[in-house]
Amino acid sequence: MTQPVHQMLYELLKQATGFIYPNEIEVHWGILVVVYPYLTGLVAGAFILASLVKVFNVKEVQSVYRLALLTALSFLLIAPLPLLLHLGHPERSFEIFLTPNFTSAMAMFGFVYAWYLMVVLLLEIWFTYRKDIILWSKNESFTMRWIHKILSLFSTDISEKATLFDKKMVKAITIIGIPSAFLLHGYVGFIFGSIKANPWWSSVLMPIVFLFSAIVSGIALVILIYMVVTPSRKQKIDMACLDKMASYLFYAVIIDFSLEFLDFIHRLYESEESIKILSDLVVNKLFISLGIIQILLGMLLPLGIMVVIKLFRVDAELRKLLYFVSAILIQLGIFATRWNVVVGGQMFSKSFRGLTAYKMELTGIEGLLMTLVLLVLPFIVLTILIKILPPWEHAPVSDLEAVSD
Amino acid sequence: MDRRKFGTKFFTLVASSTFIGAWLKKATAQSSGYDPSKHYYGMGIQINKCIGCGRCADACKDENNVPKEPFFFRTWVERYLIKKDGDVTVQNIDKRINNTSENVTEKDILRSFFVPKLCNQCDNPPCVQVCPVGATFKTEDGVIIVDEDRCIGCRYCIQACPYGARYLHPENQTADKCTFCYHRITKDLLPACVEVCPTQARIFGDLRSSTSPLGRFKRLNKLHVLKPFLNTEPKVSYSDLDGEVR
Ligand code: SF4
Ligand code: SF4
Repeated sequence: MTQPVHQMLYELLKQATGFIYPNEIEVHWGILVVVYPYLTGLVAGAFILASLVKVFNVKEVQSVYRLALLTALSFLLIAPLPLLLHLGHPERSFEIFLTPNFTSAMAMFGFVYAWYLMVVLLLEIWFTYRKDIILWSKNESFTMRWIHKILSLFSTDISEKATLFDKKMVKAITIIGIPSAFLLHGYVGFIFGSIKANPWWSSVLMPIVFLFSAIVSGIALVILIYMVVTPSRKQKIDMACLDKMASYLFYAVIIDFSLEFLDFIHRLYESEESIKILSDLVVNKLFISLGIIQILLGMLLPLGIMVVIKLFRVDAELRKLLYFVSAILIQLGIFATRWNVVVGGQMFSKSFRGLTAYKMELTGIEGLLMTLVLLVLPFIVLTILIKILPPWEHAPVSDLEAVSD
Repeated sequence: MDRRKFGTKFFTLVASSTFIGAWLKKATAQSSGYDPSKHYYGMGIQINKCIGCGRCADACKDENNVPKEPFFFRTWVERYLIKKDGDVTVQNIDKRINNTSENVTEKDILRSFFVPKLCNQCDNPPCVQVCPVGATFKTEDGVIIVDEDRCIGCRYCIQACPYGARYLHPENQTADKCTFCYHRITKDLLPACVEVCPTQARIFGDLRSSTSPLGRFKRLNKLHVLKPFLNTEPKVSYSDLDGEVR
C-alpha cells in the first residue's frame, strides 16, 4: 500500500517548483472531490428549475417539471458515493452521524442530505405522482402493479379532495424546497469557503458562486436530458419549453459570470500577500482548465451563442442544435469550475512560495475510470426511475388506451 | 486487653494503614497519577541557536513511527537564504525534497538561518474546528491530538491547517501530526526533538510556569508566532523570527 504512494510522490516531486512545505507534495483532494460538488450542483440546479415552474407557474416549462425532479433525485442518490470512496476509512463514515462535530461544515453533510432527500425531494415526488401511481396500478402487469402499490404506500384515495391536498402539499414543499436547495449547494461552497488557511478558497462569495454555477449546470443538464429523451420517445421537442429553459439558462450564466468576475476583481484589488502565488497558479497550472475551458469554452462561447439566438431569428432546427451545443459546453465549463476550485486550491503551497502538481491516475479508486463510472451512474438510476415513474403526465395510461383502441 | 497492648496494636494499625495508604497513592500515581489539569504545554524555538543539523526531524520519525520517506513529517527544518538583492530562497534541509538547485554564492547572501517547524498546537485550532467526527481534539493540557481509531481519513484537517503540519499516514490512512510526544510528556519526559537538539534551540515546558526554562525564554526574548493574522494563536513561539518566514 505504502510503496505506490511514495513512488507517485517522488514522481510529483520533480514537477514541484519553488518551496513547498514537505507535507504538501501530495494533493489530498483529488478527482473524486471534484465530482462531489459537481453532482450536488446538478441536483440543486435541476430542483431549482423544477421549483421555478411550480412557484411562478410557468406554463411552458410544465412538461419538464417531473423530469427535472427525477433528475435531481437520481443525481442526489449517487452524489455521496465519491465522498465515501475518497475516505481513508469509509467504514467509519457513519460516525459523522453518531458523534458529529457541529463546528465542522463537513459534519453537516449528513443532515443537509437527509433533510433534502427525505423531506424535500422524496415527499415532493410522492405527492406529485400519487394520483398517477394509483391510476397506473389499476391495469398493469403483476410486478409493476406491486411496485406502484408499494410506492403509493397503499393509498387509494383519488377523490378531488385528496388530489387537491396533494397539490397543496407540492406547493408547500416547493416553498421549503427552494431554500433547501440553496442550503444544499451553499453548504458545499461553505466547505471550501470557510478554510481560512487557503486564500484560493477562503471567500464569502464562495457559497454564492457555487449556487449560481449549480443553477447553471442543473438547467443545462435538464435541457440535455430533455433533448435526448424526447426524440427517443418519438415525440416532438416542445420549442416553447426549450426556449424558456434556454433563456433561464442565459440569465443564470450571466449572473454566474458576473459573480465570478466580481470575485476576481476583488482579489486583484485587495491584492493580499497571496496574490503573487495565485497569479502564478493561474498562469502556470490552470491556464487551460480555467482560462480556456471554464471561461472561454464554458462561459463566453455559450453566452455568445445565446446572444446570437436572441438577437437574430434562428429557425427551430438550428436553434435546437445551438442549444444542445451550448448546454454541453456549459457542462464542460462547470466541471472545469469544480476542478479549478478543488484541485487548483491545493496546487500552491500555503507558504506562498511554490507550486506542486497533480497527476490523475487512470485506474484505482481515485482514477479516471472510476470518475467516469460515477458520472454515468446517475443516468442509469434516472433510466430506471423513468421506467417506474414516467415523467410525462399519465403516459402509460394513455399508452394503454392507445393499445386497447 | 491492657493499655500497652492496645497502644501497640493501635500503633501498628495506624502505621500499617498509613503505609498502605501511601503505597496505594504511589501505585495510583504510577498508573494514572498524571493530572492534565495541572499543565498547559508550549514550546519555544530560538532561531539563532538552530544549526540545521536535522537531528530533531530524525528523532521524531524514530520516536513516532513516521514513515521514513521525505513526504511525511511531524517536524522539519527550513533553511532561509536572503540575498542582498532581496531575493529569498527557502529550502528544506532534507536533501531528498530540496529541489532548488540554485547556486547562491556566499557574497550574495545578506543573511541565512534555519527555522524548525512543527504543529503549532494552536490555541484556536482550525483543524479541530473542521474535523467532522471530533477525531482531532484538544486535550485539557492544551495539546492537539488525533484519535486514530476515530479518524475517517477525510483530510479536511490537512486542508485547514495553515502551517502544513499534518499529513495522512500512508499505513493507517488517518491524519497524523506532532503531538509534543504526548506519550512522553505525560511521563515527565521531554519531547524527542527537544531531547536530541544539541544546541537547545527547542525549549519545552509549561506555559503557566514562569520559573521553568520556557518561562525564562518567554521573559527574556521578544517572541513571534507564525501567521498571527489568522488568529490561530499558536503555542509554539519563536525568538529572532525573520519577517520572511511564513
Ligand atoms: S498547526 Fe495545524 S495541525 Fe497544529 S493545531 Fe494548528 S491548525 Fe492544527
Ligand atoms: S482526516 Fe481525520 S482527523 Fe482529519 S478532519 Fe478528517 S476525520 Fe478529522
